[in-house]
Amino acid sequence: MGIEEFLFFVFAAILVFAALMVVTIRNPVFAVLFLVLAFFTSAGLWLMLEAEFLAITLVLVYVGAVMVLFMFVVMMLDINLAPLKEGFIRYLPVGVLVGVIIAVEIVLVVGAKNFGLDKVVDPVGHEAGYSNTKELGRVLYTEYVYPFEIASVILLVAIIAAISLTLRKGRQTKYVKPEQQVFVRKEDRLRIVKMDAVKKQSAAEEE
Amino acid sequence: MLESILMLWGAIPVDLQTLLIIVAKILIIVAPLLGSVAYITLAERKVIAYMQVRIGPNRVGPRGLLQPIADGLKLLLKEIILPTSANPYLFIIAPVLAIGPALAAWSVVPFDDGMVLSDMDAGLLYILAMTSVGVYGIIIAGWASNSKYAFLGALRSAAQVVSYEIAMGFALVGVLLAGGSLNLQEIVNAQQGSLLHWFWIPLLPLFAIYLFSGLAETNRTPFDVVEGESEIVAGFHVEYSGMTFAVFSLAEYANIILICMLCALMFCGGWLSPFQGIPVLEGFFEFVPGIVWLLAKTSFFIFLFLWFRATFPRYRYDQVMRLGWKVFIPITIVWLLVVGAAVVFEIPPWFD
Repeated sequence: MGIEEFLFFVFAAILVFAALMVVTIRNPVFAVLFLVLAFFTSAGLWLMLEAEFLAITLVLVYVGAVMVLFMFVVMMLDINLAPLKEGFIRYLPVGVLVGVIIAVEIVLVVGAKNFGLDKVVDPVGHEAGYSNTKELGRVLYTEYVYPFEIASVILLVAIIAAISLTLRKGRQTKYVKPEQQVFVRKEDRLRIVKMDAVKKQSAAEEE
Repeated sequence: MLESILMLWGAIPVDLQTLLIIVAKILIIVAPLLGSVAYITLAERKVIAYMQVRIGPNRVGPRGLLQPIADGLKLLLKEIILPTSANPYLFIIAPVLAIGPALAAWSVVPFDDGMVLSDMDAGLLYILAMTSVGVYGIIIAGWASNSKYAFLGALRSAAQVVSYEIAMGFALVGVLLAGGSLNLQEIVNAQQGSLLHWFWIPLLPLFAIYLFSGLAETNRTPFDVVEGESEIVAGFHVEYSGMTFAVFSLAEYANIILICMLCALMFCGGWLSPFQGIPVLEGFFEFVPGIVWLLAKTSFFIFLFLWFRATFPRYRYDQVMRLGWKVFIPITIVWLLVVGAAVVFEIPPWFD
């Protein structure tokens, strides 16, 4: 067994373990952390496929941003887990049915019939100067430029929709408009009062 | 003696040899890094002290030079206190998660032409990914401590780091456009020529934004709302003591050095001599190795970080967020268009 195979099995084992823990562990914060571990190990697997751009982007986007926000939400929730776990037996048949259907579908589509070892060519290692990043960029911005642009516009629309859904007019906040804040003058805030000096009466009497 | 050592070395399998060489290189990078982290804490106290007309630490060793060692020893010998009903696993693992990425990012930083641990093609992306992973240490520390102040610090940190990462990422995209590569060595080599060929002129707004976002990412003043002493005591590490606390500050300072070195590499010509292209001076300073220039530039940026700390008051939290989202990100997007146009039209002297 070469070092590559050994690394693959190590990564694969950690990945499967982490994925199992995500769905079985009770504490949601731990579940998120195991999901992070799963992303990390799959990034390692992608690195071994010489897809360093995708691997690092997975870490950057999912681990570095998406999961941070996940953590953010999960930490804020004080979830009482008992009601969530009620009715396990009642919903079990439905859950098993859905799970089996999904598994069968996946096997039918990505099973050995379509993606068997005889269908897919062995990946060949590239020479030292090969840059996966460059190749990916070239394909994205030439061959697939329209799908790429359409996808980005859809994402933009989704962003705008999400923001406009959360934007509420006329809510009670103490937000100060920065443009007004910057132009505030001393005369608006400060009043200097001139007073005559007064001698303290009691102190004068004692002396 | 030497021959027998070489014999012994030859007897080791080749795979193990490469492994040993890599480990040795890692040690050569990490050991001076941790040493400079220790002495930056002293520099910080001294610089701020002189700016405030004080003397600063001057009791341990000559002129206080042994102060970091005393500090380190003290932290090492202190008890690590586990707060009641804190989550023990996460509480201990959080500092490790903070320092791991902070050190891992250094593997792609070049110190001179060819002097780099991993000459990775996607080096810039890798650094961005590693610096963004470091926030987990802070978030987990805040949550695991079971303390309201620590939790508030963690929440602030998560929001702040995610916001400023976007501006930082866009600044890096500008550098990648100008340098034509994600590899840090090639980016530096694209700045060959003279002081005026460095990217700080064509990328000036991105340079400033990168530097300030770096301040925000490493939780330094004026963006230190994460630690904001007057508001939330010490933020996420309020429950940490002894070595666990020390590891957090190690990670913070390692990140500061990293950001400063990246500023030097990406915008100020890295290891290139500032006297390049100047007739007499270029020959006169020929003997100086490139790494000295790189370290000098890095030290200047670190000094800026300390100077900012002594100068600026803390931003209010909503102002921090506004600056990140409504000022920095729009500026970077506009300037990316400018840089893109400059690259397409091959504006001299940078892009021809």
